[in-house]
Amino acid sequence: MKVSVQAQDFDAGAEIRALSRDPKVGAVASFVGVVREVGMTLEHYPGMTERALQRIVDEARGRWQVADCTVIQRVGALRPTEQIVLVVVASSHRGDAFAACEFIMDYLKTQAPFWKKEAAGWVEARAADDKAAERWSAREDEPRNRMK
Amino acid sequence: MKVKVLYFAALREQLGTAGEEIELPSGVGTVAALRAHLRGRGGAWQAALAEGKLVRMAVNQDMAKPSAAIKAGDEVAFFPPVTGG
Repeated sequence: MKVSVQAQDFDAGAEIRALSRDPKVGAVASFVGVVREVGMTLEHYPGMTERALQRIVDEARGRWQVADCTVIQRVGALRPTEQIVLVVVASSHRGDAFAACEFIMDYLKTQAPFWKKEAAGWVEARAADDKAAERWSAREDEPRNRMK
Repeated sequence: MKVKVLYFAALREQLGTAGEEIELPSGVGTVAALRAHLRGRGGAWQAALAEGKLVRMAVNQDMAKPSAAIKAGDEVAFFPPVTGG
């Protein structure tokens, strides 16, 4: 399990390959977040950030079969089209990999202390992100329980 | 009783400080009570920490409810709802 908060870019392909080497792993699901339209700066709470990400990963491991997992969140100044976040989950089967990957992203967006600032000011938290995270507590065993 | 208090993002800018060490008056034993105590400073403090404002809190780097207890030496943080990812 790897959790990293870093300024530098990451190689998503290399991170995915790194989790594909275990013969028990039959599925690797990944998510890459990309900066859209306008540049931004990401502030975080050093110490708590890593701790919060680790808790989210531990929670995912308690809910699904997770062989290994990598979470990388970039901080600092980021331009449009740059990669900003990576979640990779390796499991025996795709159902667990997809669900755990989506769960980690939903919780990262609502529980980990990161804040985006654009030229126009601080980005407001979105109610849709809270809703996305809440559905996992409402019906935690149903990864297909998507919001409308 | 002393605690370390940190402020992040928009809150840090509104308050003009990233953090401070505070000697808590007796009777201030929860995160909510600390928030009310800071609000009592008036001005930007009153505005940024007003009751209707969405402010998240952490105690010793774990998300905390307003009712969470605080004790000497704790690290308490106030910040806006998070927007990572």
